[in-house]
Amino acid sequence: MNINLKIWRQSSDKKDGKLHDYRLENVDPNISFLEMLDILNNKLVKEKKDPVAFDHDCREGICGSCGFMINGRPHGPQKATTVCQLHMRSFKDEDDILLEPFRAKSFGVIKDLSVDRKSFDRIISSSGFVSVDTGEAGEANYIPIEKNNADEAFLSAACIGCGACVAACKNSSAMLFTSAKVSHLALLPQGEKEQADRVNKMVATMDAEGFGACTNTGACSAECPKEISQTNIARLNREFVKAQLGSFIKKK
Amino acid sequence: MNNFKLNSNAPNGELHTKWEDYKKTLNKLTPEEANKYKVIIIGTGLAGASAAATLAEKGFNIHAFSYHESPRRAHSIAAQGGINAAKNYKQDGDSVMRLFYDTIKGGDFRSREDNVYRLAELSVNIIDQCVAQGVPFAREYGGLLDNRSFGGVQVSRTFYARGQTGQQLLLGAYSALSRQTNAGKVTFYPRHDMLDIVTVDGKAKGIVTRNLLNGKIESHSADVVILATGGYSNVYYLSTNAMASNVTANWRAHRKGALFANPSFTQIHPTCIPVKNDFQSKLTLMSESLRNDGRVWVPKKKNDTRKAVDIPEEERDYYLERIYPAFGNLVPRDVASRRAKEVCDNGQGVGNTGVAVYLDFKKAIKEKGEQFIKEKYGNLFDMYQNITDENPYKTPMKIYPAVHYTMGGLWVDYNLMTTIPGLFSIGESNFSDHGANRLGASALMQGLADGYFVAPHTIMDYLATENPDFSNKTDQKEFVAAVEETEKDIEDIMSIKGDLVVDEVHRELGKVVWDKVGMARDKKGLNHAIDSIPKIKEKFWKNVSIPGSDKDMNQELEKALRLKDFIELAELMAHDALDRNESCGAHFREEYQTPENEAERNDKDFKYVAAWGYNKNGKPSLFKEELKYKNVKLKTRSYK
Ligand SMILES: Cc1cc2nc3c(=O)[nH]c(=O)nc-3n(C[C@H](O)[C@H](O)[C@H](O)COP(=O)(O)OP(=O)(O)OC[C@H]3O[C@@H](n4cnc5c(N)ncnc54)[C@H](O)[C@@H]3O)c2cc1C
Ligand code: SF4
Ligand code: FES
Repeated sequence: MNINLKIWRQSSDKKDGKLHDYRLENVDPNISFLEMLDILNNKLVKEKKDPVAFDHDCREGICGSCGFMINGRPHGPQKATTVCQLHMRSFKDEDDILLEPFRAKSFGVIKDLSVDRKSFDRIISSSGFVSVDTGEAGEANYIPIEKNNADEAFLSAACIGCGACVAACKNSSAMLFTSAKVSHLALLPQGEKEQADRVNKMVATMDAEGFGACTNTGACSAECPKEISQTNIARLNREFVKAQLGSFIKKK
Repeated sequence: MNNFKLNSNAPNGELHTKWEDYKKTLNKLTPEEANKYKVIIIGTGLAGASAAATLAEKGFNIHAFSYHESPRRAHSIAAQGGINAAKNYKQDGDSVMRLFYDTIKGGDFRSREDNVYRLAELSVNIIDQCVAQGVPFAREYGGLLDNRSFGGVQVSRTFYARGQTGQQLLLGAYSALSRQTNAGKVTFYPRHDMLDIVTVDGKAKGIVTRNLLNGKIESHSADVVILATGGYSNVYYLSTNAMASNVTANWRAHRKGALFANPSFTQIHPTCIPVKNDFQSKLTLMSESLRNDGRVWVPKKKNDTRKAVDIPEEERDYYLERIYPAFGNLVPRDVASRRAKEVCDNGQGVGNTGVAVYLDFKKAIKEKGEQFIKEKYGNLFDMYQNITDENPYKTPMKIYPAVHYTMGGLWVDYNLMTTIPGLFSIGESNFSDHGANRLGASALMQGLADGYFVAPHTIMDYLATENPDFSNKTDQKEFVAAVEETEKDIEDIMSIKGDLVVDEVHRELGKVVWDKVGMARDKKGLNHAIDSIPKIKEKFWKNVSIPGSDKDMNQELEKALRLKDFIELAELMAHDALDRNESCGAHFREEYQTPENEAERNDKDFKYVAAWGYNKNGKPSLFKEELKYKNVKLKTRSYK
């Protein structure tokens, strides 16, 4: 198949970027999308031109490194699929394919399709953890956890931190990402104790990082490659209200 | 260095009390004292993140570096199947002793008893720690932790979180690390490539890094340096490792005097999605856990072009079940891989290329139901279908072995210290516990045992004998020289301006290493590799092309800096494999096999760890650590 690519090129966050056209011919539909970009980059290097920068590592849909907009959608057209797991068979001969970086105030462009998502780390380090030192843990099976809760916690914990939810949201909200961590820990007895403090701090950090407000459009969940559910957001909101109430009562 | 004798520094005493007794003798520092020391950790995968968090909890000031943008991106995230622990929750006769023995035997009697016993012993603490952090392991309906079985053993001791165990464990370690970042004890340097080690008076005191965003070369000083930089499977170009996994940190340490142990012990994993074309950039693993319910087979007839469904039962060869009635589809990885190669070499391979075998779930689906299979392996099945466009619920998977893990690595003693004082190596980057073959679900266990429970004690002991020095020493001559050397390397590479893309050279290297130092090796092939690798090196230094500037983000330059070290490592691997005139575990020398085509070990001459020293111009020098077995009897491995 032949394809016409339009790719956002920007040498750094300090410079302006613009779209460039590239054409690739005889692309094997069975290669992955990133392998297609490898081919383009090899060609550019051969022509002594700067290859397109993009983040990727595992190419198995789990590390969360990859991610950019394909024809206006984070990670492209296929549901529940990261860019690295997308294959060229999802496109047609002579398709126009537009590639742009995730755009959000809190994700600066580093170069071309690569963006800075360190704000996610800061949300986690504000309190996305259980406070237990190495060696302090008791026997693992002393606290049985109902299978349903454990399974649900797992589903929330499956977030790969890719940032697609933010890119999909018109307000650039990080609510899905943050609520996935809040829910994961709220659903487990180990995480329950610190829950109020956790939710307060994580929400405050999220706001301080400049992410927008959640208006419940559901775009995040629809585009999330790991299908992180919107119920996480509802749970965060409940936990947040509980926490606010708790500190209100304490103050009184 | 010639008279240098390798000593494991393992304490004397009874195997099962050794570590606990030893720990009591180690020097301790109070948090106030620890606060005076600075620790550099390269790598924040499972091993690095767990060590960083634990040392920070003890009061040390941690400077952690990674080329990733976040610790959560490390290659550990991709581990699928699970983590072993001798909890014996299933009451199936498991014990620390049994895990110890399985690991020693799985490694084909080429690992150190003391280390392996300690690993088995600590395995139980790991599970406790992870559960306390909130790692959502799979559970049974009663709420207790679930287990499954993995290759090479006959008990169920593998803890798992669907097919995403590595992800959940790494997120656990990352959360512990984040907590210490929040507490101000850890400074994380993302997108920093470590390009050299700095030694002062023979001790590791710092590193040289390149900031991947702006190309800035900097040095950093500390009281101790820990490498947790993972494995080097990507020397083969195609492997199941993440794209950026590399050997640079280890290789730079090697060039500065750290011995490299058993470099040719590389694991080929039997169940991966086969190579499909020339653009293939990496290979995808289908977790070993699939062999619990999947049956491996090929057509009995050679060059059989019928579809799998059209081949009747009696014309199928379930060769693992046939050859190994006791273990069947659950033989260890090296055995399963070699047998797959054998049937394919014999013309019984399937698929377009004939280089694949079937992994069939029909029986399991029939007996246990599709829902059960979906619960257990859903994400793996989806991944398979997504990549191959075939539905594994309907037609059997096609699989073939691929490079997956490296047992070899920096030589370390019982304290996990390399031959450079003050330089420690943990996780996959060291050679320590898996001998000539690693059992499934044991790498996560080792990475976390090293990081949470071993290194923090031994490093504290080391530091207690060092005067803390918080001053910045980067203007000392050793640091300045190391920076200059790195800058010169980069300048040299940037000025080649040839016409080969880095990947082209890497692919060529990979092919030589896979063909000659891969699943089966022989003298002729190894000599061929030793002749041809220097030519690839020359090609690299004459002909590679790096566009753009080294003062910006430059992903081609990053790859080139890694490839130059892979090329040198490849040559050492060939030397190591050639020198070991025996077959053991994953190291299979065609010349040394039993009449049943099993590995033929030679304990009389090769019961040692081969630790190699670097010589700038000339052959590497070999140092041997003789392995002593006091608690297990050396046996020929049998899985029949
Ligand atoms: C697909 C797959 C599935 C697996 N499944 C299992 C399983 O089910 N069970 C099991 O036990 N094992 C499994 N393994 C093996 C296991 O995942 C690894 O051995 C283990 O995770 C390695 O952890 P680590 O911390 O040593 O290294 P890694 O996780 O590889 O981390 C390396 C770290 O070092 C950093 N780094 C490296 N070099 C440099 C440098 N020069 N400068 C700066 N930073 C550097 C990286 O950024 C990263 O942070 C699997 C492996 C693969 C490939
Ligand atoms: S919630 Fe989904 S889209 Fe958002 S970071 Fe996590 S995995 Fe990515
Ligand atoms: S490259 Fe890791 S998720 Fe895509």
